[in-house]
Amino acid sequence: MQDFLTIDALSKYYANGFEALKSINLRVKESEILALLGPNGAGKTTLISTICGISKFTSGKITLAGHDIIKNYRAARKMIGMVPQELSLESFETVMNTLRFSRGLFGKAPNDSYLEELLEQLSLLDKRNSQILELSGGMKRRLSIAKALSHEPQLLFLDEPTAGVDVELRKDMWLLVRHLRNEGVTVILTTHYIEEAEEIADRVGIIDKGQLLLVEEKESLMQRLGQKQLTIELQNRLEELPTKLSDYDIVLAADRQSLNYTYNMRSGRTGINQILSSLTQSGIIIKDLQTKQSSLEDIFMSLVNETAK
Amino acid sequence: MNYYGIKAIYKFEIARFFRTLFQSFVSPVIATSLYFVVFGAAIGSRIQEVDGVSYGSFIVPGLIMLTVITQSISNGSFGIFFPKFIGTIYELLSAPVNFFEIVLGYVGAAATKSLFIGLVILGTSTLFVEFNVIYPGLMILFLILTCVSFALLGFILGIWAKNFEQLQLVPLLIVTPMVFLGGSFYSISMLSPFWQTVSLFNPVVYLISGFRWCFFGISDVSITTSLLAVFSFMTLCLAIIAWIFKSGWQLRT
Repeated sequence: MQDFLTIDALSKYYANGFEALKSINLRVKESEILALLGPNGAGKTTLISTICGISKFTSGKITLAGHDIIKNYRAARKMIGMVPQELSLESFETVMNTLRFSRGLFGKAPNDSYLEELLEQLSLLDKRNSQILELSGGMKRRLSIAKALSHEPQLLFLDEPTAGVDVELRKDMWLLVRHLRNEGVTVILTTHYIEEAEEIADRVGIIDKGQLLLVEEKESLMQRLGQKQLTIELQNRLEELPTKLSDYDIVLAADRQSLNYTYNMRSGRTGINQILSSLTQSGIIIKDLQTKQSSLEDIFMSLVNETAK
Repeated sequence: MNYYGIKAIYKFEIARFFRTLFQSFVSPVIATSLYFVVFGAAIGSRIQEVDGVSYGSFIVPGLIMLTVITQSISNGSFGIFFPKFIGTIYELLSAPVNFFEIVLGYVGAAATKSLFIGLVILGTSTLFVEFNVIYPGLMILFLILTCVSFALLGFILGIWAKNFEQLQLVPLLIVTPMVFLGGSFYSISMLSPFWQTVSLFNPVVYLISGFRWCFFGISDVSITTSLLAVFSFMTLCLAIIAWIFKSGWQLRT
């Protein structure tokens, strides 16, 4: 499949010298779901705002379906729909009118039946003549999505779509994203929840301090993210590892009082049972056990280190 | 051209006008009626004619200008300030519209509103005083040009303003004095030579003078100078807005 969105050496500096985006390169294919994962302030929103034209950039090049987003901004922007993180809606306007406005603004001829269909999909049809201030928080969020879809975009940005959203709405959101993908819409969403990326993305990009550390197929990344460490504290000093344990990724700590075992939760068998029974069989007495999951920060750190190498 | 985009902005803004019909329409009409009662009927009857026109009639063009200028600025500034304030501006910035289309939509709507108010005040004034408009076509043109120019100025203000206070400050501190001292209620020729010269630096003098000429055929400065002044002012505002959108000043980070 052809690259739909291409980003080359995209950098953004602020006047005070702060580097918000550091030479980002990214390729996104048509009808794929890409999740940009990263902590707060990593540059996720800046990156998508830049692609949408809301934010300026210092250097680099962005094209969408071959259209340069600066030189050919009309063609490019017509294809983009964007749902911001903050709900920003005109409180006194009616639901239907705000959709008509968005559709018109993006240069599309009026089409109320399409807009009603959209509201139906988002369970908002009965609210079409209500003022926006009458809607609940969840409805407003769905309306933001309807606005972004009102001009039938081919690329949809969802900025933290499920931040502060209840479980049910989150699941609805995921369903909707899959449905859109099946209709041929490319979806790029930002999140700081690993679970969310895991649930719906085809590929995951990890972004931190303005750098896109990696973009990988979800499956292989999750494999890496699923790593845990088991620390086994021993009653007595151990001079060397029992030979039975040499097959495992197990390390004797420098103080010879504990063992560290790295394993993956996502592989079918963790090997913990065998290790523990081998230790018992070898007469080694276990004092305590402790497991630790790599936090998102740990993963970032290890990725940064990997990239540095 | 993104015609649907222009239309969408225009319709949206006009809809806002109708939602707030009372404050955007009734209040200027009441305020102007009060001016007529006080200056036209109560005090005006004791003031002698100005260049052969009764004082009550003389102030009609000035009053219309006063309202139209303040309304154009407030409509023009609010239209763009509000989306900035509540955050919906993201949609405008990410839409396939250029600065000229955005201006056509917002400024067009703001100017339409104030033109409408201006015409209503013109109608209201016929209830209080008698007058004829010598050049009605030119009068309408002048009114439209004024609405557009000051809506443009308001648009710039709306982009510049960071809060509601700043939004009110410029109209209050600069525009209102300029309009009052621009000959709304008097002819510049009534002033001493020194203040006459000072007044010529006030752009509003040219507007009111030109507008009054369309009514009565009398003016402080020639109509050509007045028209030139309006056009230059409009061009200047457009150039500033073009620069704002090109540089992203106050809009894009």
